[in-house]
Amino acid sequence: MSPPLFKIENLRLSLPDMTRKPLFGAAPRIEILKGVSFDIAAGSTIGIVGESGSGKSTLGRAMVRLYEPDSGAVRFDGVDIAHLAETALRPLRRDLQVIFQDPYSSLNPRKSIGAIIGAPLLFHRVAASAGEARERVAAALDAVGLPAAFASRYPHELSGGQRQRIGIARAIALSPRFVLADEIVSGLDVSSQAQILDLLGRLKDELKLTLAFISHDLSVVRRLCGRVIVMRGGEIVENRETAALFEAPQHPYTRQLLAAIPLPEIDPGWLES
Amino acid sequence: MSAPFLEIDRLSVRLRRGGAGRLLRQVSIAVAPGEVHGLVGESGAGKSMIGRAIFGILPRAVEVIEGAVRLGGTDLFALSDRRRRRLVGVTASLIPQDPLTALNPSKRIEVQMTDRLTKILGLTGAAARARALGLLEEVHIQDPARVFRSYPHELSGGMRQRVLIASAFAAEPRLIVADEPTTALDVTVQKQILKLIAEMQRRHGTALLFVTHNLGVVAKICQRVSVLYAGKIVEQTDVATLFAAPAHAYTRALMAATPRYDRPDESLAPVRPEVIEALAREIAASDADWREARLARGEGRA
Amino acid sequence: MAEPRAIHRRLNVRLWLGGSWIGLLFFCAIFAGALAPHDRLAQDLMLQTLPPAWIDGAEPGYYLGTDSLGRDILARILYATRPALIVAIVASSAACAFGSLLGLMAGFFGGWTDRVISRLVDIWMAFPPVLLSILLVAVMGPGLSSVIIAIAVIDWTRFCRVVRAEAMQQRRMDYVDSAKAMGYGTGRIMAREVLPNVLPAILVLFSLEMGIAVIVEAILSFVNLSISTDDPTWGSMIAEGRSIVHQAWWVLVFPLLCLFLTVLAFSQFGEGLKERFDPVMR
Repeated sequence: MSPPLFKIENLRLSLPDMTRKPLFGAAPRIEILKGVSFDIAAGSTIGIVGESGSGKSTLGRAMVRLYEPDSGAVRFDGVDIAHLAETALRPLRRDLQVIFQDPYSSLNPRKSIGAIIGAPLLFHRVAASAGEARERVAAALDAVGLPAAFASRYPHELSGGQRQRIGIARAIALSPRFVLADEIVSGLDVSSQAQILDLLGRLKDELKLTLAFISHDLSVVRRLCGRVIVMRGGEIVENRETAALFEAPQHPYTRQLLAAIPLPEIDPGWLES
Repeated sequence: MSAPFLEIDRLSVRLRRGGAGRLLRQVSIAVAPGEVHGLVGESGAGKSMIGRAIFGILPRAVEVIEGAVRLGGTDLFALSDRRRRRLVGVTASLIPQDPLTALNPSKRIEVQMTDRLTKILGLTGAAARARALGLLEEVHIQDPARVFRSYPHELSGGMRQRVLIASAFAAEPRLIVADEPTTALDVTVQKQILKLIAEMQRRHGTALLFVTHNLGVVAKICQRVSVLYAGKIVEQTDVATLFAAPAHAYTRALMAATPRYDRPDESLAPVRPEVIEALAREIAASDADWREARLARGEGRA
Repeated sequence: MAEPRAIHRRLNVRLWLGGSWIGLLFFCAIFAGALAPHDRLAQDLMLQTLPPAWIDGAEPGYYLGTDSLGRDILARILYATRPALIVAIVASSAACAFGSLLGLMAGFFGGWTDRVISRLVDIWMAFPPVLLSILLVAVMGPGLSSVIIAIAVIDWTRFCRVVRAEAMQQRRMDYVDSAKAMGYGTGRIMAREVLPNVLPAILVLFSLEMGIAVIVEAILSFVNLSISTDDPTWGSMIAEGRSIVHQAWWVLVFPLLCLFLTVLAFSQFGEGLKERFDPVMR
């Protein structure tokens, strides 16, 4: 069996608690990740689920080195990137793409869509010239179901769902090996959510992406993910194949989460249970 | 069936300057006393516009073309501003979506809650304090005195929402509009808050208009439902019928798009373009009918 | 909530009126030679304190009258636009460049950088600006360059504070994280991602600062600390006109009016810019 694309070993990370910062000196640190370990097989999709304060977003950011962990290893394709210097990290960044949660702040309002998607292509030399970048931008827009003419538009002209598609286009345009989707449908309507998830599902199959999908909503991960990790308080409480997790959840917290989800069907006893 | 407490009667609303489309298209909703009525729609459908119409706080750029909003039989638009505000302040209240922004960050909870009670109910300081503490206990807050002394940012999201729920029930309103009250909460907290809202609503006999985009929540807490699309009610029925046999294609499409972990292959279906096109035609047709009817009555567009 | 996206395209009065006056000033400054009916320095003691053209006793050709040395007011006002605009542009640019750079660094990096720069700004702003400018010019010797240096040295803090606040706000946006995740270097992120979003605030402030620079120059030339030659500035004209305001009000009033309108124009232009940028940003 081939080695996993990502191997996280005993990851610990703390962040300064700015609400308790004294006037002089550093803020006290809170431990957000308390020793997290798991693998991600190449080509697989893993769901990272938890409520607020579980550390799921922090875990995602640590995986792509937007945060530097305190200790532990983050092995991407065998290389431990946990404490790699930025210059060594730079060439790897092309393969570690992120799609962010908030469609209203993840696109630079002063840049055109074409610049937002195209600049990384030139930076990472995926496109050798402006002309080639333009072509790739058009291809990426097409892949996410948007017209090529959108390249000259600006983010404020687009809806939330469209902006989220741009975020996806920006990530896949670089042909990355790994994509982190950080709560990308949390702010969207039911219909936009379904479209984006459908799109992501198709793209990951077409492009053979390895995907980590962070969400607070267990319902959303079932279809998309082959494996689900449930987090709570900075630790993993359950790490299983999707079908197994949903059909026979082992940890009481997982069961609690599932029981709390209101299914769209009449169930008079649900509120009391 | 008893007379409805909240009656929105063929309310149509549009932008004052320009734009051919109406923001609300002859919306009619009736909520009986003690009933929980769900208002389902996606963003842009007009849910918040309805809430604003009830509270008399429509944006200035928006005008009412026709229709009425009645609370306990009284037409709100027929009242003067002051009268309307008094009536609404006493009989209706709001549970807002975002507990953080709805509370004043620079005032302690005690001040915010008692302010409402003294101003609306005219209670004295001590009586207001006692009532507020009583309400905090009703919403199952363990240490009401501590919460009283706290500032909003010192409380968790769920706690803040409990405070807002307590405040909403403080003046014994006859109607509460809950505007996506659990959307910003974790799913486990959401269940507790839904349970609390249902309990409070039953105990106080309040009519509840529950605005949400989550069909799952509707199924658990509502008795009747209105489905809103582009300012038009496309389906309005009791909740059992809605889930057993949804009549309108849009309702069915919403149900199919809603994620269900127990039926992964039958959910998260994107809304098909045919459904959207059919909806656009339906809206256009009803707009045309409406315009003709108005012209016939001699009420053309100004 | 679904607020309709259409921004009502009302005519931005401030932008147009302010901009027109500023444009007029630039025109006058550049073409003062062609526009001025007389030499601004030419004295003619036979034509002392003549009233403006529409009043009895005026001399044809001296439209706004003459001052106590028989010099044409209109010509002097036209030429006075030059020092006003030179100071406005150069001083504001210097204050803007220095202040914005420090503000951007403080807001973007935070931590020690922010603490040091903020302390510096706090201390700097504790000095009373007008007194400090008089002091600086008195020490450096009068002249336009001293005025420019004094204004820049004092007013950079204005830019620093605003840019710092804007940079701090932008730093929290996801597009900055996205740029970091792309591997862009810090310099590039600051200059090419954050700065364009801070630029509208800088431009608004720049326009306001130009108005302030004009006033400060006028104050300094009023107390004879600006240009030392006969070349007219509005401030020096006001100083001259002040002593004879009862006999010849026009010597004071016209330059004062120009000064007032100019400062108003710059501030309104700045406000107009702020209005124009707002809806796009949201």
